[in-house]
Amino acid sequence: MSAPLLETRRLCRTFGALAAAREIDFRLDPSARHALIGPNGAGKTTFVNLLTGLIQPTSGAVLLKGRDITRVAPAARVKLGIARTFQINRLFRGLSVLENVYLAVAERVGAAPSMLRPAGRRRDVVEESMQVLETLKLTENARHRISELPYGRQRLVELAIALALKPEVLLLDEPAAGVPSAESHIILDALDGLPEHIGVLIIDHDMDLVFRFASQITVLVNGAVFATGHPQEIGADPEVRAVYLGQAARG
Amino acid sequence: MSLPPLGLAGHPAALALAGRHRPRLWEPIPWILAIALYFAFPKHLGFGTELLVTILFALSLDLVLGYAGIVTLGHAAFFGAGAYAVGMLAKHGGWNEPITGLVVATVVAAAIGLASGLVLLRTRGLTLLMLTLSTMALLEEVANLAHEYTGGFDGLDSLPIAPLFGVFEFDPLYPTTQYLYVLAVLFLCFLFVRTLVYSPFGQSLTGIRENMLRMRAVGAPVRARLVICYTLSAAIAGIAGGIWAQANAYVNLGTLGLDRAATVLIILVLGGYGRLYGAFVGAVAYMALSHFLSKVYPTAWQLGLGLLLVVIALFAKNGILGIAENLWRRRRAAPAP
Repeated sequence: MSAPLLETRRLCRTFGALAAAREIDFRLDPSARHALIGPNGAGKTTFVNLLTGLIQPTSGAVLLKGRDITRVAPAARVKLGIARTFQINRLFRGLSVLENVYLAVAERVGAAPSMLRPAGRRRDVVEESMQVLETLKLTENARHRISELPYGRQRLVELAIALALKPEVLLLDEPAAGVPSAESHIILDALDGLPEHIGVLIIDHDMDLVFRFASQITVLVNGAVFATGHPQEIGADPEVRAVYLGQAARG
Repeated sequence: MSLPPLGLAGHPAALALAGRHRPRLWEPIPWILAIALYFAFPKHLGFGTELLVTILFALSLDLVLGYAGIVTLGHAAFFGAGAYAVGMLAKHGGWNEPITGLVVATVVAAAIGLASGLVLLRTRGLTLLMLTLSTMALLEEVANLAHEYTGGFDGLDSLPIAPLFGVFEFDPLYPTTQYLYVLAVLFLCFLFVRTLVYSPFGQSLTGIRENMLRMRAVGAPVRARLVICYTLSAAIAGIAGGIWAQANAYVNLGTLGLDRAATVLIILVLGGYGRLYGAFVGAVAYMALSHFLSKVYPTAWQLGLGLLLVVIALFAKNGILGIAENLWRRRRAAPAP
């Protein structure tokens, strides 16, 4: 097997008496389509926040391509190639779709600190932002403000901003959350169209989406890795069914 | 420069972004009016000078508040710092050449902005608001206590400001020099701020205002950007304060007070923040209104301003310019079938 792209070693995080992450050993391979599932409160979002550096682990390490990045600040991790989307939209609501993506591209190519040139003169940034929008079929919405868009489209902009960073690791926190089922195919199509070389970790409750998308699944329960394997193995594992899938079927 | 082929860049959204920094047809209007005022009302140039300084000060606030979304109630700290820098230099340092004096005012205000910004901008929201307020109160108290240098409560008056370029006297009765000098400085500062807000840096400030967490998530050094913005804004506020001290040939504690800080905030909200010209519209509206109201109702004229502000806050969050924009949009939308 190839060297892991992103790896955690005995990663722990406690909030007071609550252990939100317990000795998580996890690996994301290059080009992976990996899903992280688990009941509510299992620590999935905490795990993503640990990977992006938004919160610091109590102990343990995070490695990117073998390099220890545990103490690297969130913004610097983005530069190293880790991008994420948020469970609840975190967009620049007052700006246009194009401007939303422009901000991300400008940061990546180092155009953002420039003060004395008009933003629109960076044709390269504008052009690239438009390309990102085109890959997600958002071109027709480029001019619209986020606040004018239906929710499903807004979720696509979430994805567009992350893709504009040209990440090697993409962390998707419930990409289809809140999207009406009539629009969810937009998200699924977008996920199918993600560049192949990116290692993707997707967190979701929607089992149809997870089993359609993922080739690897990790089940998180009470902050610890409960099981890891191929979708068939996970789907067939009676214990997983008991703690999670059974619940999902009932709920 | 070789442009990429027009493909996606020819899309209306891309064209709008590529061209939004271009000057609009109406943009010379405020400047034409300002020059017209000079010829039409030679007796009111004192008022005019005050107005231009207020616009400059409000413009500096717009950069932090309107663009970067830093809520501050202590912006007069930098106005006062600039004013006192000019005043103390002229009174004690014997340095009274106006342009270099203004440069010193800028540097002093920027330094205070940088130093306080590094600490303050670690916080947000209400904490930040209180800290900006207390920084200003602290400076005010320092100016009050160090009366040997600052003149204490009385301030420093009869500042000996040298003629501009060694030629043009600052006449307190006929402030023609002051007016043109302030107008020129305002114009230069405006060009700078305008360039800044349309630049990628300005765009990233807007991003921080709209969603700080997401800006971090795209890899932006958010705090550094905010500190830079705060410092630049402090510098411009310092220019406003310095030029105010030069034009009036005095400086007092009022330059550092909450009154001034609150007034400039009201002006910007009244005009519309995050819009560049909100400072212009707000300053004109505020000064005209307070002039008018204080004549009609001398004892409680501020009540009228207060009521107006309540109405603006409730029904027109984007100020007078926001109302104008809505009307304009409706007018343009109406004829389309």
